[in-house]
Amino acid sequence: MTYLAKPKFQHPDLPKNEFGYTHRDYEGTVSTLCAGCGHDSITAAIIQACFELSIEPHRVAKISGIGCSSKTPTYFLGNSHGFNSVHGRMPSVLTGANLANRDLIYLGVSGDGDSASIGLGQFAHSIRRGVNMTYIVENNGVYGLTKGQFSATADRGSKSKRGFINTDNSIDLAALALQLGAGFVARSFSGDKQQLVPIIKAAIAHKGAAFIDIISPCVAFNNHAGSTKSFDFVREHNEAVNRLDFMSSRMPIEVQYEPGTVEVVEQHDGSKLTLRKLAADYELHDRAAAQGFLQQQAAKGQIVTGLLYVEREAEDLHAHLHTVDAPLNTLSEKELCPGQAALEKFNASLR
Amino acid sequence: MPTATPISRVNDFVVRFANVNGSGSASANEMFARAVLRMGIPAAPRNIFPSNIQGLPTWYEVRVTEANHLGARGGTDLIVAMNPQTFDKDIAGIEPGGYLLYDSTKPLPASKFRQDITVIGVPLTAICNREYTDPRQRQLFKNIIYIGVLTALLEMDVKVVEQLIGEQYKGKEKLIEPNIKALHIGRDYATLNLACPIGLRLKKSSKVGDRIFIEGNSAAALGAVYGGATVCAWYPITPSSGLADAFTQHCARLRVDKTSERAKYAIIQAEDELASIGIVIGASWNGARAFTATSGPGISLMQEFIGLAYFAEIPAVIFDVQRAGPSTGMPTRTQQCDIISCAYASHGDTKHVLLFPEDPAESFDFSAQAFDLADRLQTPIFVMLDLDIGMNHHLSRPLTWDDSRKYDRGKVMTAEELEAGKEFGRYLDVDGDGITYRTYPGTHPTKGSFFTRGTSRDRYAKYTEEGAPYVDNMQRLVRKFDTAKDLVPRPLLANADKPTKYGVIYYGSTAPAMDEAIHMIEAHGHALDRMRIRAFPFHSSVNSFVADHDFVFVVEQNRDAQLRSLIVNECGIDPVRLVPIPHYDGTPITARFIAKAIGEHLDKLKVTPMKVSS
Repeated sequence: MTYLAKPKFQHPDLPKNEFGYTHRDYEGTVSTLCAGCGHDSITAAIIQACFELSIEPHRVAKISGIGCSSKTPTYFLGNSHGFNSVHGRMPSVLTGANLANRDLIYLGVSGDGDSASIGLGQFAHSIRRGVNMTYIVENNGVYGLTKGQFSATADRGSKSKRGFINTDNSIDLAALALQLGAGFVARSFSGDKQQLVPIIKAAIAHKGAAFIDIISPCVAFNNHAGSTKSFDFVREHNEAVNRLDFMSSRMPIEVQYEPGTVEVVEQHDGSKLTLRKLAADYELHDRAAAQGFLQQQAAKGQIVTGLLYVEREAEDLHAHLHTVDAPLNTLSEKELCPGQAALEKFNASLR
Repeated sequence: MPTATPISRVNDFVVRFANVNGSGSASANEMFARAVLRMGIPAAPRNIFPSNIQGLPTWYEVRVTEANHLGARGGTDLIVAMNPQTFDKDIAGIEPGGYLLYDSTKPLPASKFRQDITVIGVPLTAICNREYTDPRQRQLFKNIIYIGVLTALLEMDVKVVEQLIGEQYKGKEKLIEPNIKALHIGRDYATLNLACPIGLRLKKSSKVGDRIFIEGNSAAALGAVYGGATVCAWYPITPSSGLADAFTQHCARLRVDKTSERAKYAIIQAEDELASIGIVIGASWNGARAFTATSGPGISLMQEFIGLAYFAEIPAVIFDVQRAGPSTGMPTRTQQCDIISCAYASHGDTKHVLLFPEDPAESFDFSAQAFDLADRLQTPIFVMLDLDIGMNHHLSRPLTWDDSRKYDRGKVMTAEELEAGKEFGRYLDVDGDGITYRTYPGTHPTKGSFFTRGTSRDRYAKYTEEGAPYVDNMQRLVRKFDTAKDLVPRPLLANADKPTKYGVIYYGSTAPAMDEAIHMIEAHGHALDRMRIRAFPFHSSVNSFVADHDFVFVVEQNRDAQLRSLIVNECGIDPVRLVPIPHYDGTPITARFIAKAIGEHLDKLKVTPMKVSS
């Protein structure tokens, strides 16, 4: 509740990360979402992921659209700049912010209404441009703030709390992200922190557009029998293709795995993703196969989770635009303004 | 024999080329305009083109004007009628005593012509068919051949045209010789077969001076380079696409790091105008200077984001190259019709800063200044060009830049200031000007972060729906807008030679026509004080100008007298005192129109013309 200040007190023995920050330093204000909301679990996972990655909180820019999910950036990383923009337009604001300063970490938080309905275009174009970001959709299949209307990710045939049956086909944002060329695509479940935290860490370390579709049940409007986004339904139909351990470049690999059961993926920053395969034939670097697998399993009513795709040589928008290494927002008159002499030359060419 | 005396004028006439879009005429016609300028004679060309790639009619008009009347004049003294589709209409538009140059390959009945004009036939198609076998060449060289004919008819310096051909095909030398040959084919035909020169003649002059020939879109784009813009996001739309294109070209020339060969800029062709303005807002929020270029339909699409930038107080520069609305309207015709939709863009109580450049040079100046204003005022700044300024080449004073000038980045609190314990409230007005401090993301590990939102908040950026802090904030925004009045370009005043009870207010591309019209009005014995408004919010001198006159005409290029409404509304002026002079058929306003409309009003007001002293 917003009128309750979050106590600043913390246990003196709280573990600290590399920069000397505790878990508490990654928290924000108290959540105003409903008790038991899946989104709060995602907030907790983001806090843990950032703490474990030893990110300096102020080096993150958290940007969202409008909706329940888009409120969550106030609940984590209180020392980061945040931007609650307009409905469905987080991707463009994030793209602009990223162009201005390539050195920050960009966390885009959106929902299924925000990204699959009003903002489907901006979602698609930010992904296809390869903006270096972690794009999280907190996907509950309904509009919470306006009291339970279906969103575009609601499955056909699923039932609303008021008893209506959804007759429209659903949009699978993870499948779309794959088609649009995202360098990193994952799906997870807010109720599975073990799976979610390493995925968020890996996504942040990924250079390029990293997309995570997180099924996050709405306890107020979409957690009943007949919903395909309820806690019970997702637990029953969750088909994880792998389990991920994330290790930063600074950490030695200590865990030993049985040969043949793991795959180690090295990212551009030297961090390593160790994947324990659950689906034997699942090929992590095959975009087309991943798309096919998602569709086959969806037809069976299964929700595929885990790290679905990683591009080995991912590039980002700045690489495509050949921008200088220095963040554009640090360039001064000296670097930007060509001055009177160049102008005189230009004038002369127009006579 | 013509029934009207053939017009006889030196360096003061209008030549109009009627062509078919896509026939390659544009470069030949533009070369004619450039040749006039190279002869030292001021000229004002205007391209009248359709929303089409190939096949529809297009016109190119060159006003030759020793007297420096650079606005459109209206009427045609010599038409080069190359489009059968518009032939009848083109002939109807010739002034009595004017001239027609047409392709006489196919004989036309006498009924096609007028008795009061001089008809000059040149068998252009026959000449081309004789000289060239390739159909494309026949078409392209036909354009150069008629330019050659004109050099003889108008007594032009052919060396100047030859030199321009050389410059145009620099790097493609193979094309120089055949073009010069085509030029002389036309010139020789005219010298041998026609009575040269005609009554319209070009005589070398020195009235061009050091002025440059440039489109407003290019000048505005260069202003953005000089003003330090690093991020540009845009969506193609006529007539503003050229601005983004020009920015791309200027950046490639001026903004590539010499050592790394990498770009000190980022340009995104976005998926729509919503994304364009979103990218601009994101970049500006993060401390870069960013802009978008669009036209009326784009402004309509950007409304929600513009309100966010106003309320969350994020700098943004928006170039609106206006075209005739509403809806798709006349997408290739000019108007000043987005004044109200920009001034009050978005839902809720909003007001925005608008700048009104009159020509390319001022487009350059205001463009660069817009970035300082956006940072200083932390709000969207609209640079209001129009199709006439943006897409036509204008003879314009040279662009200048003061090398000692520093960018005004506004109130940005630094890590050092935060560290030293300076109080930071994102929406806390510490000095009464309504402008508050901001921090760029990533400035300091523990101080100065805040949450940006479109929802209401208190002075420390904390979300609130309480009435008092909301009103406090909205009042501060009004205060900030008042501060803007003294930061934006001031109106320019030109008083009549004698005291008068009447004034005229105008802005933007109306300026050259108004400057010319004032002479015509004065010649009729009327006196008018003039005020050219260059920005909104209005400086206090606008109020006093209206107060000092019984009636003030407001000349503008839209139906609803939008600037007049803005003056009435914002300055609290009795509407009766402001007489609208609207021009909105999509053509650039002319001095003839203004002088006639104002003259009629003065007659209605029973203003007795003062005796013109000899």
